[in-house]
Amino acid sequence: MMKQITYRWREGFMRIGYLLLLFVIATAALPAAASETPLKKVSLALLWNPQAQFAGYYVALDKGIYAKHGMELKILAGGPGHSPVQTLNNGTADFAILWLTTALQQRAAGIKLVNVAQLVQKSSMMLISRKSSGIKTVADMNGRKVGLWGGDLSIPPRALFARHGIKVLEVPQSHTVNLFLRGGIDVTSAMWYNEYHTILNSGVDQEELNVVSLSEQGMNFPEDGIYTLEKILRNNPSLAEAFAAASLEGWRYAFAHPDEALDIITKRMREAQLPSNRIHQKWMLNRMRDLIMPANSPATPGLLTEQDYRAVGSALQRGGLIRNYPDYATFTGRRRAGEK
Amino acid sequence: MLRLPGGAVPGKSSIVIKLVLVITLCSTLIFAVALGYNYYSSRSILEKELESNARNLSLSLVNRVETELSVVSRVTEGVARALETGRYSEKELHTLIRTTVEKNPEIFGSGVAFEPYAFSKTSRLYAPYYYRENGKIAFTRLDTSYLYVPYLLWDWYQSPRELGRLEWSEPYFDDGGGNLAMSTCSVPFYGETDGVRHLKGIVATDITLDSLTKLVSSVKILKTGYAALLSRNGMVLAHPLKDAVMNESFFSIAEARNDPSLRELGKKMVAGETGFIRYNSLVGVRSWMYYAPIRSTGWTLAVLFPEAELLENINRLSLIMGVIGFAGVLLLTAAVVYIARSITKPLRSLAEATHVMASGNFDLELPVVRSNDEVGVLAQDFQVMKESLKEYIKNLTETTAAKERIQSELQVAADIQASLLPRQFPAFPERSEFDIFASMDPAKEIGGDFYDFFFIDDDNFCFLIADVAGKGVPAALYMMVAKTLLKSEAQRLGEPDQILAYVNKTLAIDNDSCMFATVFCAILEISTGTVRFANAGHNPPLVMDSQGVRYLTLKSGFVLGPMADTVYETERLIMQPGDTLFLYTDGVTEATNLTDDLFGEPKLLNALQDGPRQESDQMIHAIRDEVTRHANGAPQSDDVTMVAITYRGTVV
Repeated sequence: MMKQITYRWREGFMRIGYLLLLFVIATAALPAAASETPLKKVSLALLWNPQAQFAGYYVALDKGIYAKHGMELKILAGGPGHSPVQTLNNGTADFAILWLTTALQQRAAGIKLVNVAQLVQKSSMMLISRKSSGIKTVADMNGRKVGLWGGDLSIPPRALFARHGIKVLEVPQSHTVNLFLRGGIDVTSAMWYNEYHTILNSGVDQEELNVVSLSEQGMNFPEDGIYTLEKILRNNPSLAEAFAAASLEGWRYAFAHPDEALDIITKRMREAQLPSNRIHQKWMLNRMRDLIMPANSPATPGLLTEQDYRAVGSALQRGGLIRNYPDYATFTGRRRAGEK
Repeated sequence: MLRLPGGAVPGKSSIVIKLVLVITLCSTLIFAVALGYNYYSSRSILEKELESNARNLSLSLVNRVETELSVVSRVTEGVARALETGRYSEKELHTLIRTTVEKNPEIFGSGVAFEPYAFSKTSRLYAPYYYRENGKIAFTRLDTSYLYVPYLLWDWYQSPRELGRLEWSEPYFDDGGGNLAMSTCSVPFYGETDGVRHLKGIVATDITLDSLTKLVSSVKILKTGYAALLSRNGMVLAHPLKDAVMNESFFSIAEARNDPSLRELGKKMVAGETGFIRYNSLVGVRSWMYYAPIRSTGWTLAVLFPEAELLENINRLSLIMGVIGFAGVLLLTAAVVYIARSITKPLRSLAEATHVMASGNFDLELPVVRSNDEVGVLAQDFQVMKESLKEYIKNLTETTAAKERIQSELQVAADIQASLLPRQFPAFPERSEFDIFASMDPAKEIGGDFYDFFFIDDDNFCFLIADVAGKGVPAALYMMVAKTLLKSEAQRLGEPDQILAYVNKTLAIDNDSCMFATVFCAILEISTGTVRFANAGHNPPLVMDSQGVRYLTLKSGFVLGPMADTVYETERLIMQPGDTLFLYTDGVTEATNLTDDLFGEPKLLNALQDGPRQESDQMIHAIRDEVTRHANGAPQSDDVTMVAITYRGTVV
């Protein structure tokens, strides 16, 4: 064994991963053997490539938390070209991470989505410009080039521009902020936990930036939540509950053991051959904690409040994005009002 | 010369130690200052040279990178301009792109991506792309190969599109999964419809960063120095920290290390500044860094010189100089010790010899010093001094011995002299008519005082006292002559004046040395108590009779010896029984004390009045005691001689 100390790090990671897998299997097998119940195979579709935005699920998987709750989880590849809604709808995935706005739109479009848990309690989306561009307020963005992500992610900023009655020059935005950094656009869309930090770590100081947080503009739309289909919930009501509980437990573990969580994330990113920047992932994990378990907030982690739900629903309705939305109990799968 | 107990070796004050301390300390100090200055100035010279070396190195590297990049820029620009000016069929377009890749080995792949419907009214997107694969030129269409994100959304497309100029993209990993870090040079090209210029598409040329990063990474500076390449966003493109490459930016490292100064440095770098600074490199080595921008891409190239390795030569040189200096100081110290020893060794043996000599041993052999320096001279003088001292002491010893012999002989003479005087008392126990007592205490040497008494016949008793001028042997001899003459002449002549005159005449003959004596000579006629006396310049005696004590009034007369024809006169005094005549020499009255006060005649008179009068011997002892008391320890300078005669009368 001593001679193998010189193995390359990548192999080392593989080995560690392998050992972890063995560990997971072992720890998962023990309670399973004890209860004599075979693990229920479930799969999860994520919004994007592995990153700390999904630390809770990866950590829960790695630490055997899903297995402890009687599940054998498979996390499906996310990222460009993968639509979690489609993956869920075509039966490939049992659960998916979706934004609340997306879920409401898709529900309105006929896909019977149910919110199992609401993790990100507030909007983390930002519109960032350089102070040197002279843009200070949303109104200043009128007529300027604004980078917007495609699909559902453009819903909140578009709603904001509509509310301010301004018209911006929309430029499709990719998953980098280079166009903004080069000056190709005046305003860029950014997530607090991701692109904002990328901009900072490209050598632009906080003081040089003008940041408009959507949460402070009355567009505080909760983002990442765990969704499943009504029929899955109906067939196995306890599974969704167990999945939500295990996921939350995974998040709690990740926040309590950030270094370990970052190790797990880094490993996943390297496996997916993604550039991994630990300090960036650390920033992301810390922001996820702020978003999932906000300090000084009465919100229960994992719970979609009726108030938030109605606010988003009516906003989308007003914006003409949906015609109607189901009642809170239906959307959250809680038939009896007041049930937690 | 400092005298040390037991001839001890000098301690801390030793010349050797002083010399060694002063010279060693001074030379060490001088050497240390010189070494320090040398180190400091070599270092600053090195730093100056380093800056220009670093600048040259980084600029040459920058140039090599720029050369490679500018070829790509020019080619891409050329394709764009060609597409603007010429009208290309699809086939011609493909040939153009393919040729571009083929003829430029720097280029990994090249393509032309059209704006929607700009190539054809019927198909929305069109982007032919030629690239290298396994040494061949391969072809694909980006509008179909980019599965999820259309090419319209890629940085390489968007940046030149939005900015309307040539842009080098931020390095990225190729979507093809080849794990190749790429950068794309893209140039927009335009067309005109109805006089309105509009964007037709983007010419994009990819390079792999492989060759550039290899070029940068191949730079080896000293032992561990290196060159590094940062992108415009501060992303690490080439660096010895392999894990950081394409993962970390300079700013994320700054954040991870919580080092705001690193962030500031990064900002300067990505801002295209040039600088030469000293800082702790990312690999944690104190280094000098020169950074310069690669203008075409906005990247930054940095070269790092580890300070310790830079200074290694200086440090080694300084170390060697230090060792040489240390050895030199040691040698110097040894030399100083040797010289000082050679100086102090004879000095020390001289000191030891002196110490022995100080205790009186002059027979000691002095150490031989052959040198001709001051110490040699000192040793020679010392030898001479020793010989002189030895000679002197020898003479002194001889002289002292001779003196002692003379002294003892003189003592014998004094004893003889004293033995000549009648010293048996009572002198005439058979004669009750008078009693006589006399004493003479000579001064240190033999003196000239004497007394005498004898019967001339049965009724005439002669007594006299004399004082020969001067002291010593001549006086003693003169006294012998005088005494003999006086006794013989008294017995022959029987009258004091004749006695003195005759003796004077005898003494005056051949008295070349002009010696003289004072004499009081008297003859008592026992039957009558008549005293006939004559005086030759002697102190008048005292008479103690019923009326008291008084100095006898008499003709003083001239001293015996100098003049042959001197005439003396006999006077008379009648003594009643109980009367006493007291004779003395000037040794009594001129006895001095420590303050040179004379005993004096009045005090003698008083002493005789107050003292015992019955017995002559008691009287004389009393006076002698008085004189001794008066002297109070002062040395006796003259003979003290006294004679007392008391007439008792004839027994009836």
